[in-house]
Amino acid sequence: MELICPAGTPAAFREAVDAGADAVYCGFRDETNARNFPGLNFSRDELKTAIAYARQRKVMTFVAINTFMRAGQEKLWHDAVDDAVRLGADALILADFGLMAYTAERHPEQRLHVSVQASASNADAVKFLVETFGAKRVVLPRILTIPDIARLARQISCEIEVFVFGGLCVMAEGRCSLSSYATGKSPNMHGVCSPASHVRYREDGSELVSELGDYTINRFPAGEAAGYPTLCKGRFDIAEERGYAFEDPVSLDVMDHIDALRDAGVGALKIEGRQRGKAYVAEVVSIMRRAVAANADERPALLSRLRRLSEGQKTTSGAYEKRWR
Amino acid sequence: MPASTHPSLSLGPVLYLWDGPKWRDFYFRIADEAPVEHVTIGEAVCSKRLHFIEPHVAEVIERLEGAGKKVSLASLALVTLERESQLVRGLVRDSVHPIEANDLSALGLLAGKPHSVGPLINVYNGATARLLASRGATSICLPPELPMASVRDIVRDAPDIAFEIFGFGRVPLAISARCAHARSKGLVKDNCQFICGEDSDGLIVDTLDRQPFLALNGVQTMSHTCQSLLQELGELTAAGIGRIRLSPQDCDMVMVARIYDDVATGRCSSAEGIERLALAYPGVPLSNGFHYGQTGASWIAAPAGSPHGGERWQMS
Repeated sequence: MELICPAGTPAAFREAVDAGADAVYCGFRDETNARNFPGLNFSRDELKTAIAYARQRKVMTFVAINTFMRAGQEKLWHDAVDDAVRLGADALILADFGLMAYTAERHPEQRLHVSVQASASNADAVKFLVETFGAKRVVLPRILTIPDIARLARQISCEIEVFVFGGLCVMAEGRCSLSSYATGKSPNMHGVCSPASHVRYREDGSELVSELGDYTINRFPAGEAAGYPTLCKGRFDIAEERGYAFEDPVSLDVMDHIDALRDAGVGALKIEGRQRGKAYVAEVVSIMRRAVAANADERPALLSRLRRLSEGQKTTSGAYEKRWR
Repeated sequence: MPASTHPSLSLGPVLYLWDGPKWRDFYFRIADEAPVEHVTIGEAVCSKRLHFIEPHVAEVIERLEGAGKKVSLASLALVTLERESQLVRGLVRDSVHPIEANDLSALGLLAGKPHSVGPLINVYNGATARLLASRGATSICLPPELPMASVRDIVRDAPDIAFEIFGFGRVPLAISARCAHARSKGLVKDNCQFICGEDSDGLIVDTLDRQPFLALNGVQTMSHTCQSLLQELGELTAAGIGRIRLSPQDCDMVMVARIYDDVATGRCSSAEGIERLALAYPGVPLSNGFHYGQTGASWIAAPAGSPHGGERWQMS
C-alpha cells in the first residue's frame, strides 16, 4: 500500500521523502487548500524545487487544491491548478465540481484525485465523479466503517485512499460550517477551521477558559492540560449533562487495522498533519513505512512508538469501527 | 430567469423527527393555509427515521397538490450504507415527483432528469451551478453559509437555472456518522431508540458559560439561532433570487410563511416583519451573519441608510 504523507513546509517535504513516503501532498500558500494556516504551505518556486527533489527519488507529489472556489475569485483556484500542472504535480486533489470540470477540460491528461472534502461516501457518488471528471482516486470521508469500505471498493473502478493517522474530523468533511458559524471563517471557502486568529485564552479564577470567537469552547481546571479550542472537540452542556458533546480531544489512529484495510481494497494510506513540524513528519513517516512492511508480530512495538506521537496521547479508530457512531 | 417583482416561497423538508401524525397534520395545515408555492418533503437527515413518515407520504402529497402546491421529494443528505444507497436509487427510479438531491449519489443518479439541488450540496461558484444545470438541475438552493457577494456572482454566472436561498430556520451546519444527539442521552446511533424524537425543535447545546450555541438534530448539528433573511428580501430579489426557502421549525409555520409573504409583497415592512417573527418563533434569536460574510451567529440590523441603522450586535 502507498503511504501518502503531509508536508506544510519544504523542510517537512524533504523529510517525508527521505523517510520513505510514496507520495507527499502539499498545497499553495493561499486559500486554495484546506490547511491555509499562517507560515505554512508552498510558493510556486518552492513547489518546483520540492517536485524535483521527490522525482529524483521516485516519490510522487500530490497538490491539494481542495477548498471551494469563492464566486468572483475563481482565478485564484484556476491559477493554482494551471501552476500545479505546469510544475509537474503527479496528481491534483480537488473537491469543487467547478474546479474539477475546469481541470478535466484544460488539462485532460492530469491525474485527478477526489479530496476527502468532496464527501464522496458511496459507490454512486464515486461513479459520478469518475464518469464526469475522470477521477482516478477517491480519498474517502472519515465516516465509513471498514466493511463499508470493502463493499464500496467492489463497486467502483477507481483507487481508494483513506486517512489512517493524525487529526480527526468528527463531521463529514467538506460539509461543516461550524467554524464559520462561530468565526466567519469557513473550511470550505477559506481553508481554515477554528482559526487561531479567533482563539483566546483567559483565566477565570482557577480555571483557564478557551474561546473561539465569542464562544467558550472549554474550561480547564488547574492541573488539566489545556487543548486547542477546535469547535467539535469542545466541552459543552446539554440539558443536565456536561462533556465532550461531539468528540473528545483525540486523534485518529487506525494502524491496528492495516491488514483489514488492505483486504478491503484500500490502495493508499494517508497521514494527516500538514500543520506539523518536520521532526514529527519524519518520525511518523519512518515508523509507518516500517509498520506497513512489518509482519503482525513486529508491528505492535512500532505502533506503540507511533502512538506516543499523537496529540494529547489519546487516539480513536473513529468511524472505521462501528461502535464509534 | 426574468426577474419577478417578488420571490415565491418554498417550504424545505422537516429536518427533525416528528411522529407520523404530527408530520401529516403539519403538512395538512400548510396545504390549507400557508402561502407557499413549493413544498419539499421527505427525510433528509437520518435513514433510520423513514418509517415514521412513510405511511403518510401519499396522503400528504395528495393534500398539498390538491391545494395547488408543487411538491418535490428530498433525498438523504448522508449515504454510507448499502440500504441507504438502495433508498436513493429507488427514489430516483420510482418517483413521479421531482427530486431534491442532497448528496452526490443522488446528483449522479439524477443526471439527465430534471431535478433540484438542496442546500447541503456544495455550490460555491457559478461554474459548479452551470455544471449541475448541464446535468439536469433546474433549481439550486444555495448553501446557507454563502455571503451575498457570492450569491450575486453565482446567479449572474448561471442564468439558465433558478436559485433559492435559505431564508428562515435553524441552519444545518454539519452532519456526522456519529449521533451526538443519541450520545448526549447515553445511547449510540445503532441503538438510538429514536431519542431525537424527544426534541421536536432540536436539543440545545450550551457553552460552559451558559451561552446557547448549537442545536442537535440526530446526526445533524444546527445553529441555535434562526437564520432570517427577511430584511434582505429586496436585495435578494434584485439579484435574481426567485425563491425563498422556509425551513420548518416546531412553531407556527403558517404564520412564518404569512410574514415572509407580507414582507415580500410589500404589505408589511421588514422591521414589522422581524417583530412579528419574534412572536411566531419566540425565544430563539435571529441571525443573518452568513449573508454579510460575518460570523454566522450574528445579527446585523437593516442595511445602512435604512431607518433601522446598520449597527451589528450579537443576539446569542
